[in-house]
Amino acid sequence: MSVTVHLPTVLRSHAGGAKQVTVDGSTVGEALSALTLRYPGIDGQVVDAEGSLHRFVNVYVNDDDVRYLSSLETPVREGDEISILPAVAGGAIGAATARVR
Amino acid sequence: MLSVPLPAYQQMIAHCLEGLPEEACGLLGGDPAAGRVVTCYPARNAAASATLYTVDPKDHLLADRDAERAGGALIGVFHSHTHTDAYPSATDVAQAPDPDWHYVLVSLRDIRPVVRSYRIVDGSVTEEPVVLRSR
Repeated sequence: MSVTVHLPTVLRSHAGGAKQVTVDGSTVGEALSALTLRYPGIDGQVVDAEGSLHRFVNVYVNDDDVRYLSSLETPVREGDEISILPAVAGGAIGAATARVR
Repeated sequence: MLSVPLPAYQQMIAHCLEGLPEEACGLLGGDPAAGRVVTCYPARNAAASATLYTVDPKDHLLADRDAERAGGALIGVFHSHTHTDAYPSATDVAQAPDPDWHYVLVSLRDIRPVVRSYRIVDGSVTEEPVVLRSR
């Protein structure tokens, strides 16, 4: 199963600057393993050491967040598009402790 | 430097005001090399909190696609601080995902919103000027 993986800017430097990469796999997990095999610098940044989806990363198959599907076990079909994006979060808690140069 | 067109600037502040009493957030699309915002993408705050924000992942995906389709990229994120200054909090710094991004804070503490922009690289915060352009 050939799928396209769209990489966020923070991971592109580990993939020779590529915005998207075509890999084989029948699940999201397999496709991400194939991606890491090709670009070892990505290892640990999308899937953590325990083999789960990293807490601060969101992964989608086409339009759907895989956390609402079967996470890394989510099946993919030929031509599907997997998107990886960093979770974007923060807030005012701890406002007093950040130092601005 | 972050260059923002007036319509995007107004949209950003309006979205933050509309989000009260919770923090509001959104993404900024444009030209990463020039630090030039073209489009403001208001997003839902998935944390639905007055002190935390999480850009709704689906809104993030759609904004990312739109920015890439327009030939640019997402170049930053904005969020409001409802009762504190327009400075990044320790949480903001710890969770800043991308050293190339511009982190815009909109403080709604006073009657007039205060907008400031920062770069956050390896936990180090540097303020940058925000320049408004008419379009």
